[in-house]
Amino acid sequence: MNAYTKRLMWPVIILVALVAVNIAATGIDFIVPSVHDGRLGGAFVNILRRSAPLLLISLGMTLVIATKGIDLSVGAVYAIGAAIACQMIIDAPDQTSAGLVAAAVALALAVTAVIGAWNGVMVARFGIQPIVATLILMIAGRGIAQLVTGGQIPKVQDASPFTGIGRGSLWTIPIPIWIAVLTLVALALLTRRTALGMLLESVGGNPEASRLAGIRAKGITVLVYLVCGLCAGLAGLIGAANLGSADANNGGLWIELDAILAVVIGGTALLGGRFFLLGTTIGVVIIGTLEDTIINVGLSSQWQFTAKAIVVFAVALLQSPEFRAWVLKPFKRRPAAPAPAPAEEVLAK
Amino acid sequence: MTAHTLTERPARSTLLDGLGRYVPIGATLALLLVLYFTGVANYPKFDQPQVVAKLFIDNAPLLVIAVGMTFVILSGGIDLSVGSVMAFSTMASAWLTVEAGIAAPLALVLVLAFGTAWGVLIGAVIHHFNVQPFIATLVGLFLFRGLTLQISETDVSMRDIEFFGWGMTHVEFFGKVRDGGFWLPYLSFGAFAVVIVAFVVLHYTRFGRSVYAVGGSEQSALLMGLPVARTKIGVYAVSGFCAALAGVFAAFATKSANPLANVGTELDAIAAVVIGGTLLTGGAGFVLGTVAGVMVWGVLNTLIAFQGNLSSWWARIAMGVLLLAFILLQRVLARSGEKRRA
Repeated sequence: MNAYTKRLMWPVIILVALVAVNIAATGIDFIVPSVHDGRLGGAFVNILRRSAPLLLISLGMTLVIATKGIDLSVGAVYAIGAAIACQMIIDAPDQTSAGLVAAAVALALAVTAVIGAWNGVMVARFGIQPIVATLILMIAGRGIAQLVTGGQIPKVQDASPFTGIGRGSLWTIPIPIWIAVLTLVALALLTRRTALGMLLESVGGNPEASRLAGIRAKGITVLVYLVCGLCAGLAGLIGAANLGSADANNGGLWIELDAILAVVIGGTALLGGRFFLLGTTIGVVIIGTLEDTIINVGLSSQWQFTAKAIVVFAVALLQSPEFRAWVLKPFKRRPAAPAPAPAEEVLAK
Repeated sequence: MTAHTLTERPARSTLLDGLGRYVPIGATLALLLVLYFTGVANYPKFDQPQVVAKLFIDNAPLLVIAVGMTFVILSGGIDLSVGSVMAFSTMASAWLTVEAGIAAPLALVLVLAFGTAWGVLIGAVIHHFNVQPFIATLVGLFLFRGLTLQISETDVSMRDIEFFGWGMTHVEFFGKVRDGGFWLPYLSFGAFAVVIVAFVVLHYTRFGRSVYAVGGSEQSALLMGLPVARTKIGVYAVSGFCAALAGVFAAFATKSANPLANVGTELDAIAAVVIGGTLLTGGAGFVLGTVAGVMVWGVLNTLIAFQGNLSSWWARIAMGVLLLAFILLQRVLARSGEKRRA
């Protein structure tokens, strides 16, 4: 078993367990997709569809975390992207124009990319800690989104093609899933079939050494924050299109925390270096499934936060070598016992 | 760096470092004065003493939370859970007194003890298991928001509990407001007491000096024989206690508990601490700077309220811009410090 599959093993086991719990609670319909009106449906497909914005943000976040950074502003950027697109569409006389929607989407993505690049410049050029640099926009960003919408919640007509980004489907598969999966494939190809991924891991491992080795560490850092901003903007568009409106206060609220959680569940360490896009994807699906599981086993939706807290706590402890050593200490005192060996192997993912 | 430069430089650089320490807090105070006098120049009645007093009434809970956050940030950590812990404490106070029928003073003691105990637990996890503070306190953010919502999904009123009338008891100074005087509730004095205690603890006790040392360099603090474990766990206990106390203050101030209160308060507190001149990397800063930072936030909101036609989101944007300015200022100071030493 190589390092990569070892990393993926735990998230996959958790996901399978969650799915099994759901099947036990609601029957096999949970996992089997159904087709309604030429569109794929079913509980699990809906989870995937709803998880698309989180997946996009988590993918961007994975790259940022690979460079030893973090982007706290993604929730605010999500709100800004949604606000710009919706406001531009409702300001136009004809909301059903495809050209208008394309322009609105392009403008929203361009602005969010610039915001991402700004974060990157703060980190790479001015040498500010990522958590601090992105905190600025986390605080101010929702204010900017409010400014764009004038404090209102712009509602796009259902007839506008914009809502198709969130509700439509292509070849029976929902559009959000298409966007998320294509982004995943594009980023995976870009980082694993070119040298970019290796350069990223190198910058995350040691930026100064990378620079001395001839890698343009600063440029790469700016690039990943730009991609992260772009992903957040795209996620905001999907979220807004799905609802048909942009809520500057609550759109994408705490999505940055969910994204960081997904990345950590997926096996990417917050310390930078190795990153796992596929692991992150599984992490996102785990979070999405967890939310449904809570409802399906009969708990109130308020348990969501508590369940997430428990997951964060468990993952943080499992990834801590000190904790693993502490837990395994009682077993290690008996040198002849064969039991600890497999337990240790399982935990040392 | 060679031994030669080490022996040659100290006299000059120590002097400049000594002054440099006060540049951020000086900038904050200057900013505070500029904001205040902008208000006085532009709006009638802005110069009433009650306007200043109101800052300490509205922002008493934030002040208490920010003071706790100062300890954590000085030690090089961060505490994201304070907003949720605060909301939970308010809700727990309400539940214990209204639903469970426990005497209010006892309920408050329980809440404060719980907040502190939570801080100790999370501090222990951070220190002993080497979990990043960001992730460990994220647990608290989710957990306590969830628990708060589980206690009640709607507002719980504490109006029937007589004890909670105590907090907003007015103390008048120099006569009535219309006679040029002002009033403060007992709560504000509670917040002042927290600031004074925090100031004394940080600057005049062994624990306080250890907080600075650990924030400056944990490794060096350990090698110097300082109690690193106790200090790191201690700062989270202080922060947990302050968050719980802020929740109790909120219970006194509003006499009701809202399960969705204080979302994002942790960000306001962090912003206030940074604008107050404390380095987010730890090791440098002042409690009184944090007070100034909270006041900047308060004056910004007051200005927007006096202007009347601006929305409260402008305060957030202004806070972001100020945060940016102060972070860049700190960066420039740190760079010039490095250059001097190099």
